[in-house]
Amino acid sequence: MEATAVRRPPAWLAALLPLVLLGALIAVFIALDAPGLERNGIPVEDVSVERTELHPGEIQLTLQNDGPDDVRIVQAIVNDGFASFTQDDDELGRLDRSQVTIAYPWIEGEAYEVALLTSTGGTIDKSIDQAAETPEADAGFYGLMGLIGLYVGIIPIAVGMLWLPWLRQLDRRWLRFLLALTIGLLVFLGIDAALEGLDLGASGAESLGGGALMWLGAALAYLVLAGVDGWLSRRGSGGGERVALLVAIGIGLHNLGEGLVIGSAYAIGSLALGAALVVGFAIHNTTEGLAIVAPVAERPPRVARLALLGAIAGAPAILGAWIGASAFDPSLAAFMFGVGVGAIARVVVQIAPQVRDSAGRLLHPLAAAGLAAGLVLMYVTSLLISV
Amino acid sequence: MKDGRGKLSRRKLLGGAAGASAVLGLHQVVPHDGLHHAVDEAFAQDGHGGGHDVQGGAGVMQHPMHAGTVGMVDPRANGFDPQLILRDFDEGRVVNGVREWELVAEEKKIEVAPGVSYDAWAYNGRVPGPTLRAREGEHLRIHFTNGATHPHTIHFHGIHTSRMDGIPGLGAGDIPPGETTTYDFHATPFGLHLYHCHSMPLAEHIAKGLYGAFIIDPKQGRPEADELVMVMNGFDTNFDRSNEVYAVNTVAFEYLHRPVVVRRDQLVRIYLVNALEFDLINSFHIHANFFHYFPTGTSLEPTELTDTVIQGQGQRGVLELRFPYEGKYMFHAHVSEFAELGWMGFFEVV
Repeated sequence: MEATAVRRPPAWLAALLPLVLLGALIAVFIALDAPGLERNGIPVEDVSVERTELHPGEIQLTLQNDGPDDVRIVQAIVNDGFASFTQDDDELGRLDRSQVTIAYPWIEGEAYEVALLTSTGGTIDKSIDQAAETPEADAGFYGLMGLIGLYVGIIPIAVGMLWLPWLRQLDRRWLRFLLALTIGLLVFLGIDAALEGLDLGASGAESLGGGALMWLGAALAYLVLAGVDGWLSRRGSGGGERVALLVAIGIGLHNLGEGLVIGSAYAIGSLALGAALVVGFAIHNTTEGLAIVAPVAERPPRVARLALLGAIAGAPAILGAWIGASAFDPSLAAFMFGVGVGAIARVVVQIAPQVRDSAGRLLHPLAAAGLAAGLVLMYVTSLLISV
Repeated sequence: MKDGRGKLSRRKLLGGAAGASAVLGLHQVVPHDGLHHAVDEAFAQDGHGGGHDVQGGAGVMQHPMHAGTVGMVDPRANGFDPQLILRDFDEGRVVNGVREWELVAEEKKIEVAPGVSYDAWAYNGRVPGPTLRAREGEHLRIHFTNGATHPHTIHFHGIHTSRMDGIPGLGAGDIPPGETTTYDFHATPFGLHLYHCHSMPLAEHIAKGLYGAFIIDPKQGRPEADELVMVMNGFDTNFDRSNEVYAVNTVAFEYLHRPVVVRRDQLVRIYLVNALEFDLINSFHIHANFFHYFPTGTSLEPTELTDTVIQGQGQRGVLELRFPYEGKYMFHAHVSEFAELGWMGFFEVV
């Protein structure tokens, strides 16, 4: 018995063997410089502009080389004129990042076309629709972003949650209607976030996956929330409160993405921080408050608990605005939107059973009407906030 | 172009970027002609590295008072120097009373702006091709060899038979790679003409560099002058059928960095040719002076005294002027876009 144990190698070693072999093969392949595979065709130049900043007399682009070959930036053209520039690194290897700073007396509110000429004569183009100075990330700026988050995230959600006393007096059938409405709201948010995430992914670095990042974020968020849900139910948390918490988390993750977009739009000067936009967000997000309290209408928790739920759902908007304004990256944003989508999908699955009527039907007339009403309501309020 | 040593020195320059930007501030307020002359001398020295090492391919901002490219083009790497092209007239050789030239079409990588390489097609390895010069009425023979990988021709502006027109389908037609032909005609009328490839697709064959000036002097000649050839051209480096780089004699801002030196009060004659593709017009404007303009150079009487002239594609003319004062005088396309994309320079009157 003991002798066999000594003779047989441990199981994990067997699992490791193919990996070791693969590593060795790769090493040999690279050492021999890819035998039999000749580089075909001319170099591919694929550089994305990840970030654009404008400072007085200066246009600053952050580049990432997404292509397989090295790229050298040799000249800069702004609005059909060569301009002086400096750069961190004059040769960008694959996935290298570099900052190009162009000396240019840009004028606020005007449009600019920047073209960076590479050594092969190719151009990397970036258009600036409306030039505006990129805000410095100081305390006042973070304060402003916090205020925006407060306006569009926390306050509207808190207001929406004030529907709770009214919900408590509602007939069971109408509560089901409102839960269906909540699902409609969430489904719309999910679709909206998915499209936004795919857009952002496409504008980001192709080599980092593009739109696939959104789906990755969605799948991971769904799985994590399913796990959290299982953990909560084992700890014996009440059904309604558990659902409300999950709804709050889902909406919170969605608002994180929303904050990200607001912050980055503000940072590049393309956001008109008008009252109309803030009002639009307020109306739009008030419906989110309703979604949180609907599941707990029958057995409402203490006020402190409710406040916590509101914070979970709304506060991420502030965090998102900070991240978006100071370190926006389209690929990261696509992933974050995906996380929001996954969270919402999980929440929808969670709420759905409560919509069933006494006969056990899911899409009974009242539920279908609620669902449709939710979709339409969200669509109409979303028209107020197209950034 | 991409040797390890040059790269290393550029990186070193990057390390000194902070120092460079301190110099930049001074550059704007301190007279700095001496600096530019130092650059000229560095070019003249037969030494290590290339133009990039002198000025730095990156990290150094220069000429903040004009729009401008960063760095310098090394004429030795290109194998031709716009400074020399200015006064380089190719009279060929006369054999049995016939003036003859040898022209070869080649494929050649040239640097049209600092660091920007362009896969050009060139007659005799230079863009623009050699400035061919003959006298009115002479018998001319141009032996053309296609040393490139695409069919090419030479189409001369002038008066000749259809067989000698240098276009596909007539006479020798397209000259396939490795083949040779001879264009044979008489020099007429006198004036400033153009020669260029006429193979299809036409715009591409011209835009890639197959063109040059063709001067036929009048029998009685023109007054003694300091003669300059300026072929206005441009380069579509990213193949979007619009030019990224504009210039006179190929290199962007060449004469901004190294002005054209002329003498005070001397008659200066400029043979101005517009070989630009993709843009409908080009122009020439001189600062603080006026010139007599002889359209196509076919008359010895000027039509106009002006400081700005417009030329359409393929158009050309002769300019005559004197500079009454010493100093630096700018000349550029009055199409401002072209000026800021490379077609801008200085005369330095001494």
